Amino acid sequence: MAYRGGVHKKPNPIATLIGALFVLLFFSFPYLLMVISSLKTREEITKIPPEYFPAAPQFDNYLKVWASQVDPGNSLLATTVISFGATLLVLLIATPAAYYVARFKFRGRMVFLFLVLITQMLQPTVLAVGLYQEFSQWRGYLVWVALILINGAFNLSFAVWIMQSFFASVPKEIDEAALLDGLTRVQTLFKVSLPLVWPGIVTAIVFVFVNTWNEFAAAFILVQDSSLQPLTVSMPRFLGMYIRDWQLLFTVATVAIVPVVILFALIEKRLIGGLTAGAVK
Amino acid sequence: MSTVVAARRASGWKDTITALPWIAPTLLLIAAVVIYPTILMFQTAFVKYTPQGVERGPAGFANFNGPAGAFTFPTVPWPAIWTNTVVWVVVVVLATLVCSLALAQFLNKDFPGRKLLRLVVILPWACSVVMTTTVFNYGLQADVGVFNRLFVDTGILQAAQGFTKNPATSFWVAVFVAVYVSIPFTTYTILAGLQSVPGDVIEAAHMDGANVIQRYWSIVFPMLRPAIAAAMLINIINVFNSLPILKILNEAPGYHTAHTTTTLIFEYKVKLGPGVASALSIVNFGFCLLIIAIYLAVVKPTKEVQ
Repeated sequence: MAYRGGVHKKPNPIATLIGALFVLLFFSFPYLLMVISSLKTREEITKIPPEYFPAAPQFDNYLKVWASQVDPGNSLLATTVISFGATLLVLLIATPAAYYVARFKFRGRMVFLFLVLITQMLQPTVLAVGLYQEFSQWRGYLVWVALILINGAFNLSFAVWIMQSFFASVPKEIDEAALLDGLTRVQTLFKVSLPLVWPGIVTAIVFVFVNTWNEFAAAFILVQDSSLQPLTVSMPRFLGMYIRDWQLLFTVATVAIVPVVILFALIEKRLIGGLTAGAVK
Repeated sequence: MSTVVAARRASGWKDTITALPWIAPTLLLIAAVVIYPTILMFQTAFVKYTPQGVERGPAGFANFNGPAGAFTFPTVPWPAIWTNTVVWVVVVVLATLVCSLALAQFLNKDFPGRKLLRLVVILPWACSVVMTTTVFNYGLQADVGVFNRLFVDTGILQAAQGFTKNPATSFWVAVFVAVYVSIPFTTYTILAGLQSVPGDVIEAAHMDGANVIQRYWSIVFPMLRPAIAAAMLINIINVFNSLPILKILNEAPGYHTAHTTTTLIFEYKVKLGPGVASALSIVNFGFCLLIIAIYLAVVKPTKEVQ
């Protein structure tokens, strides 16, 4: 039996309840404030001092925002395209690599794995100027392609690690039986191994998607054209600037966090193995 | 003898060539988007650029220590920036660790609703740091900020403060937010580590008369060491490279005293051009490599796949 904190004793229910309520409130209050603020009127949110709650929740803020100065349509499109693009890219190139390193030993395998690990620890922030020098001439929609490549590259290693640990857990004999039945390696990967490791694939997909959705540094330095900026870059521009329609900003923030929170909740249990490269399970 | 070795070596490289179609796309992407920009960054550091990014010939070490160099440009408060960078990394990482050890211990208990509570804890991890920081920035505004009103209503403050307008306070708000967004990952890593602590050892220690604190420090904590090492080193890199928190919470312009070396890179990029920004990036890059080397040596993440 795994360690559960106490010995024999049941945890004190009152203390546990108080602790649980504190944790619940502490980790949700900024997001509650985000949602509550998104339902205020402009007058309520700019009142000095502010009201805590809206007199009547303004659900139509979520409709008004699209035609307002905040204009989140383009940014939402940018974020969505870049996130789907990076996820697809990682899926296409990390899956075969993960399958192969899990199944075969070859000269250079450890070098490859070290390279992947180093990439996992590096971040676009520290290479931002180099990335700027490389991609600053990619104008127009090409800048989205640049961000797909960048997010793909920096999230690749997590995907390779988590997927190879899943591939490695499938017994080799299953593959060998399929090969004896006349399937090629590629067919074996698609028809036999992939269906067995889908939890690993889903974890990798979701992680890359959420990380790309939330990425800031590379997009900040590369995308000058405001109509092409993803949400993380375009939204903070409105802070403390000429518009005071904070409530609209928070509708966008809410729309931006809901899908990734749901996705993240789905893979919560499997994240650690990939992030610590399996050092902690 | 030597022919056998040679044959084995040849067959080894044949294996590598067979592996290439499977791993080449990954290698290619890493080469193009991680290694190539690193090389570009090193080149750029020795070339003179205008702030707009127009090349003006070789610079030698002028981007580092020239009149407009990264470490010598007047009005940049270097003592404060070095201090901030160290304080930022050390305080955020340690405070995160302490909070996460306690939280993991709590979430590891068996109580109804534990699973749901764990999901709530991931919120700051799943949500974009930009959006989370934006909420704090809004809440702490001197005029319209809800947190400020709450501080005044509860008597914590006499009057509302413009926390984000003053580098001295904005830095500590940023520290708080950085700890806040780092806790979920760290807590989850420690929770995973707690799974490896066997319950019967704890029972035995209890029988021998060890109290809760003794049991924690002499049994649980040592077994958590690998998880703590992994979480801390990953956090050091993440916190060191964190840009949005400091950038969004700090509304003071220019070379103020709340910069870290990371935010200064982006300030330099706009004000002094990519050459000077690259020079500073190289120092940051060196630090990241050092932490990665320690990570590989201490955590040994590859031992399972050998």
